[in-house]
Amino acid sequence: MSETVSVKLIHAHRDRFAQLTICFVAFLVCAAFVWIVSDLVRGGWAHLSWDFLVDSPRDAGRAGGIGPILVSTALILLIALMAALPLGWMTAALLAEYVSASGGFGYAVRYSLQVLAGVPSIVFGLFGNAFFSIYLGMGFSILSGGLTLACMLLPILVSTAESGLRAVPDAYRLSAAALGMSRATTLFRLLLPAAAPALAAGLLLGIGRAMAETAALLFTSGYVDRMPGSLLDSGRSLAIHIFDLSMNVSGGDAPAHASALVLIVALLLINMVAMWFTIGWQRRRIVSE
Amino acid sequence: MGQDSNAYTLGPMQAGPVCCDPQPLIQVDDFSLRYGAKPALANVTLDIYRGCITALIGPSGCGKTSFLSSINRLTDLIPDCRIAGRIRIDGSDIHDPARNVQALRRQIGMVFQKPTPFPLSIHRNIELPLHEHGITRRADTRAIIEQVLEDVGLWDEVHDRLDASALSLSGGQQQRLCIARALALSPQILLMDEPCSALDPIASGVVEDLISRLRGRYTIVIVTHNLAQARRIANYAAFFWVKGHAGRLVEFGHCRQIFESPVHELTAAYVNGARG
Amino acid sequence: MIWSKHSISSPSASAEPAPVDKLVLWLLRGGAGIAAALVLLILLFVTVESWPALRHISVERFLTDPSWNPGESKYNLAPMLSGTLYAAGGALLLATPLGIASALFIAYYASPRTAGIYRRLIELLAGIPSVVYGFWGLTTLVPLINQLHPPGASLLAGILVLTLMILPTITLTAHAALLAVPGEYLRGAAALGMSRWGMIHGVALPASKTGIVAGIMLATGRAIGETMAVLMVTGNVVRHADSLFDPVRTLAANIVLEMAYAMNDHRAALFVSGLTLMLLVMVLSGVAGWLGRTRHV
Repeated sequence: MSETVSVKLIHAHRDRFAQLTICFVAFLVCAAFVWIVSDLVRGGWAHLSWDFLVDSPRDAGRAGGIGPILVSTALILLIALMAALPLGWMTAALLAEYVSASGGFGYAVRYSLQVLAGVPSIVFGLFGNAFFSIYLGMGFSILSGGLTLACMLLPILVSTAESGLRAVPDAYRLSAAALGMSRATTLFRLLLPAAAPALAAGLLLGIGRAMAETAALLFTSGYVDRMPGSLLDSGRSLAIHIFDLSMNVSGGDAPAHASALVLIVALLLINMVAMWFTIGWQRRRIVSE
Repeated sequence: MGQDSNAYTLGPMQAGPVCCDPQPLIQVDDFSLRYGAKPALANVTLDIYRGCITALIGPSGCGKTSFLSSINRLTDLIPDCRIAGRIRIDGSDIHDPARNVQALRRQIGMVFQKPTPFPLSIHRNIELPLHEHGITRRADTRAIIEQVLEDVGLWDEVHDRLDASALSLSGGQQQRLCIARALALSPQILLMDEPCSALDPIASGVVEDLISRLRGRYTIVIVTHNLAQARRIANYAAFFWVKGHAGRLVEFGHCRQIFESPVHELTAAYVNGARG
Repeated sequence: MIWSKHSISSPSASAEPAPVDKLVLWLLRGGAGIAAALVLLILLFVTVESWPALRHISVERFLTDPSWNPGESKYNLAPMLSGTLYAAGGALLLATPLGIASALFIAYYASPRTAGIYRRLIELLAGIPSVVYGFWGLTTLVPLINQLHPPGASLLAGILVLTLMILPTITLTAHAALLAVPGEYLRGAAALGMSRWGMIHGVALPASKTGIVAGIMLATGRAIGETMAVLMVTGNVVRHADSLFDPVRTLAANIVLEMAYAMNDHRAALFVSGLTLMLLVMVLSGVAGWLGRTRHV
């Protein structure tokens, strides 16, 4: 009797200890998060202003703003999306609608996308440099950087779009077939619109990833901080600007903090909109059941 | 949300002529079906008569839905499905390679057990298949949409909110919308797979009334578990049963005969509630 | 009885698919083919660019040359390799228990609302760009470590920053693995009167073992390939680390630092290190994927 009592006591202590440790870990992680964010806000808030967002950088970025850099970032993003979205959504449509799960071609596509998802970003940078900048002759340009980013974004666009399409109930496909609708019409007029929120959420996720990217752009779109005149001009993205200010420019801390804050806020907004889309999509699915 | 209560209205459709002179429209000859290695139907031979309502009755799992899906070749979408035997509509084999499947499916409308309106507006639900089959002029589609919605008795309920999402309708309204969508293509044949089983009793009654009014204008094949419903609306009944691991047609005949004086003892047992 | 098959996806279905369907199918196949070929293209180009170095620098030289000094044709990658491995290894040592504990917190110890908030927090942590982590490390962590033991930019800083970066990966994959444990196991354990920790330690963790390990492999791949943050906080001196406070240089950081002015063989050698990174990570994610598939819980 006393043996079971003491065993229970040990277990009770063990449980308590485990609970305390785990809750402490959670607290630590929260504390780290708060520490990082508050450091960024404290360091960058003062430097933030409307002028900062639209002015050109002066004195290697120590003064002035990030206007042209925001433009370059947007252009790089645009190119990346224009290349990756059609390719990614077409691949997702093929994988979800036209190919059986165990077929050879589908398996090869899935496997290569999985490998692609794991390639380190610096290797993408090397590839982009070798292929887009040198072999295709684009040099250091927004075009080259955007296309390199497009390669990085493909896996995430395909996987979100594919799961979005798979989530559309089969009943729609059957009804459409029974009405004599061709598969193409069913795909473009019915399934893709039905999966639109998932596609949008995936798109936003991709944008978030692309904006955070640095290593892939260093040797493809370059460092120039002037306002780009064309897509073949070099231009630096916001992430690269932060990198340059913190590593290569002494006294660049304040604008670097402010730029980091801008980047984080933009990413946060994108994250929230993506979440809003996902929740709205899930809610609609439940209502229609 | 619309109400299906005492405010329901039915369209001004006339019931067609009584089918006392049966002409076969769909002729099924020794038809068998299997999914991979699993047989679903074996040696079904059956004639579906023009303008009449034929009920397919029998316990779950005896191939009624597979049979229905074979008529409009929806079974083509199932990867491992194999068929043998012949199905002819108006004399021509539906599996003839020269025949276009989309045209076949335009001729045949299908309504499923669970109402499946597309997640689009009410108007777009009907407009989409019309566009697909070449009817694109606004005036034409407008006229057809109004006509079919009146036929199913939805026009008064939804005419002022055709742009609302079809998913905002009640279950009974959704099913009637699906029927309207199928009717919009002016099919010859309507296939219905337990169209009322997912609806509440009042909505079920409304849809049932609608189906019986469609008699004569369309040839209807309806799968139902509700024997009382079959008695009420069907002209002919086909009784299926599982024998030797596959579904088979046990007895086919005039509805009254099947229910009141069945030939086969299985049929008698089933319709009297003793088995299945 | 002659059985025939008619299927939309079989090309022999004659007049079956509408012409527009065939066109769309080939278009989609083309797009998917391009996507699939991308990996091969990357492998091809990186290998081609590495070839000049691989041709006349044998593999042993990359590990046994006296030093890394491309100007004098010395290509010893070993210090960078060790830097990468120490940093990644240290980060894994820290992040694995923290990550699993976080996952346990979300799954078993937090109220639903708290769990939701904490999970959002982890997802936000995952979304912070690596350059921002590096920047924070540079402006906050490095001066702190400097006070402890100069110079501050060190292996330790790299490890700490990497830990923060791979923690979300481990947490989220471990959480998914824990969620996949069938409810019956846990209910059975509870019915046997097991305490919460007993249940976790005895049932939940063993059952989700393969999923958790797959997540750790994924995180390892991430840590090895991580470039910017580590570059900014580790001091970038080419030498084997003797202590946690020594500055190191990782393979990825090496590429970034020298690519700008590297020529010919030097450049090719950098591509070789890039190829090494890529192959390492491919192997790791392959193992992770294989583990994920052979989960037999």
